[in-house]
Amino acid sequence: MSTPGTPAANFSPGGPADSRLPTRREFLSGFATGLVVWVVLGPTLSAQTSEGAYPVTIKVRPNDAADFNAFLRIGADGHVTCFTGKIEMGQGPVTSLPQMLAEELDVSLDDVDIIMGDTDLCPYDAGTWGSMTTRIFGPQWRAAAAEARAVLLELGSESLHVPVAQLTTHDGAVIDSKDPSHRITYGQLTQGRRIERRLTIAPDLKKPAKFKLVGKPLLRRDARDKVTGKAHYAADVRLPGMLYASVLRPPAHGATLVRVDVSALKEADGFVVVQEPGLVAVLHELPDVAADGLGKMRAEFAPSASRLDDRNIYEHLEHADLAGRVVSQNGNLELGRSRATRLLETTYLNAYVAHAAMETHAALARVEGDRATVWASTQNPFGARDEIAHALGLPVANVRVITPFVGGGFGGKAQNRQAVEAALLSKATRRPVQVMWTREEEFFNDTFRPAAVVTVKAGLDAAGHVAFWDYDVKFAGDRGSDLLYDIPDSRITAVGDFEGPAGIHPFAVGAWRAPGCNTNAFARESHVDQLAALAGVDPIEFRLRQLTDPRAVRVLKALAEQWAWKPASGVSGRGLGVACGLDSGTYVATIAEVAVDPKTGKVAVKRVLCVQEMGLVINPAGAKLQMEGCITMGLGYALAEEIHFKAGAILDTNFDTYTLPRFSWLPKIETAILPADDTPPQGGGEPAIILMGSVLANAIHDATGARLLELPMTPERVKAALARV
Amino acid sequence: MITVSFRLNDQPVSVQVAPDRTLLWVLRTELGITGPKYGCGISQCGACTVLVDHRAVRSCNVKVKSVEGREVVTIEGLAQGSALHPLQQAFVQHDALQCGFCTPGMILTAYGFLRSHPNPTRAEVIEGMDQNLCRCGAHLRIVEAILSAAAVMRGGPAS
Repeated sequence: MSTPGTPAANFSPGGPADSRLPTRREFLSGFATGLVVWVVLGPTLSAQTSEGAYPVTIKVRPNDAADFNAFLRIGADGHVTCFTGKIEMGQGPVTSLPQMLAEELDVSLDDVDIIMGDTDLCPYDAGTWGSMTTRIFGPQWRAAAAEARAVLLELGSESLHVPVAQLTTHDGAVIDSKDPSHRITYGQLTQGRRIERRLTIAPDLKKPAKFKLVGKPLLRRDARDKVTGKAHYAADVRLPGMLYASVLRPPAHGATLVRVDVSALKEADGFVVVQEPGLVAVLHELPDVAADGLGKMRAEFAPSASRLDDRNIYEHLEHADLAGRVVSQNGNLELGRSRATRLLETTYLNAYVAHAAMETHAALARVEGDRATVWASTQNPFGARDEIAHALGLPVANVRVITPFVGGGFGGKAQNRQAVEAALLSKATRRPVQVMWTREEEFFNDTFRPAAVVTVKAGLDAAGHVAFWDYDVKFAGDRGSDLLYDIPDSRITAVGDFEGPAGIHPFAVGAWRAPGCNTNAFARESHVDQLAALAGVDPIEFRLRQLTDPRAVRVLKALAEQWAWKPASGVSGRGLGVACGLDSGTYVATIAEVAVDPKTGKVAVKRVLCVQEMGLVINPAGAKLQMEGCITMGLGYALAEEIHFKAGAILDTNFDTYTLPRFSWLPKIETAILPADDTPPQGGGEPAIILMGSVLANAIHDATGARLLELPMTPERVKAALARV
Repeated sequence: MITVSFRLNDQPVSVQVAPDRTLLWVLRTELGITGPKYGCGISQCGACTVLVDHRAVRSCNVKVKSVEGREVVTIEGLAQGSALHPLQQAFVQHDALQCGFCTPGMILTAYGFLRSHPNPTRAEVIEGMDQNLCRCGAHLRIVEAILSAAAVMRGGPAS
């Protein structure tokens, strides 16, 4: 990783593990010259916390009006360094954000460095989630570059004695359009000067027709570091004198520590024991020896009072004594119901699912006096900073969180407990401390995607149209519960959300890639498929009859055309399923082909085609990578992934029983993105995953006539459903 | 304590360790080689894969004393200077990664696989890689990258 300020590399998530890290003030004052453009917090970004899955109650937002969302600096060498509180966890902003900047600024991509997720160097950010980096943060980011370009044009005008209107920019230089040899580079313009601009009004962004770089497929900029082992993750950072901690965990959620005997852990063997309320840990200079030390602790726990398990959970959730809320309501439900000639009511279930990022939660903390520096695998470095400051009793300004590359997040790393643990242990031992959760701890501490219950009541009128839609979602959250289809009399109600409330689930739950949407799309698209069968209409034709949104219609028609879809109604035996949806502003539609082994109940997915309309696409290569990742990850929650538990104990503790999608599961995957350059960029990290449960359920039905109502659709459940056909 | 000597990424190394120490943790701690990743600790995910005498092994499940006198290569040692190994090159060219955490293990598992299957079919690659986990869903591109690298390693052009 490069040292900030010495832009040798093109990106630097986090900073160096150097004990003399510059603060933001030092860092900026180090820029004796150059052009620095700041973008002040705008209303669009303020709005993002309301949708974000911000997990903690401690919310320290910068009240200082002078704070900003993004900034960039152009040095005397013409090199651009840009800063963002977003983080790189595989989803690709390390490539797409510099791509946007290079486009607006008219510089070579090679001349843009990016520094990410360092709370001292980077401007405040609420967190990297919700497919918001491109669609919500992107315009602010581009604005900073566009403003910088405007300033450079002014400077160029003074320097070249040519009116701004006659100037153009290209490859890091201001050029006289009447005489292209009459030019001056950005570096020459900023040399010897110190210019600061704070941007409060939106500048004129480039129109898509003028794009040279945006819209071009670019390979990942971090790939070389990731294939050579140079890419560092939080647990790869080393500091002199550091200790590795193993934290004592209860055997079950709800179990409480009665007593612990640590007498077997001898100081002479290098063990350091910390016992604080709620945090007991053994530390050692060697991580595996610390882990062995944990086994030498004799801890006694009072058992959990929970009587819940993965079978009785649905009854518990369905009958939870909690008031519901109306999410949306249209027309008159009773009127719609009275028009219905055929009724269809179904309850859909989905299990708890783990995030299971390949990198477990990790952090290295160094607390010295009243200052703390923490390298953390986190999706929200500023949230981590606030949590750490709160736990240590320090002012937020005294805590710095640095985010190296993050080894997958999917919502799970919106939680920063490991960083707080590392900080508390560093404070207690006065040494740098690394906490890297074992896989077993990861499964125990994870904030699972919640188990949920959705009941849909709907009916067809005499003409075979959907007469009414009465939809109730419990505990998945209402994101993605919107109907999409044009049904005049409808109501959507919800109980709880994807974070609980507290006390409902036997353990913590939270945001999981497209929170709420996977559950809601499973219920809605399964139910629409059932209605299509009831109406005796082809499932694509049936959907098109209920759709008026032109973007949705376009995506579904493109899907049918690309597949060469041949209409059929009822159980065709082909094993083809269809589903469509809308998430993060992106329209998505998928067809999947499956084969079901009637003896074993095993589902083989043969082919998946996914079509998206996501507005203007910054990096089509990155967008397709996300679609493929969504489809592959979605195979897991659809077919296999499920957390088993009993009385607070998590029974799946590692990958031996908790199965992720594997190479051998892979279908042929095809993706297509429909051009929509006139629509602003929309989200890409989540939409394609939301349909995987429903599209496979619909395909299984089309293959066998068996309707699966519970995720995951394990071989046992498929066999049971086949027996009911 | 015992002394274990071996070659690591083309350099001789010697470490004094307790006899039951695991290769993964000695590499990551005493030797400062962090390319091999901890993912599961029970040989289920492959993120910790390294080469021992050119064979891919899961370093979370190997005692360091077992590599005495052997040649250990981690992802840090696969490139020849600045020239990437064809597998590394192919992973870059095919965007065959996202978060990158499983990548060192994927590449070294593929290296071991191609030693015994220099001209594999797609189905053989899938079977050969099936015990390595990736959560981001880069699988299809990893298969393409391995097939492409295999062609280059046989002396043909990259696909």
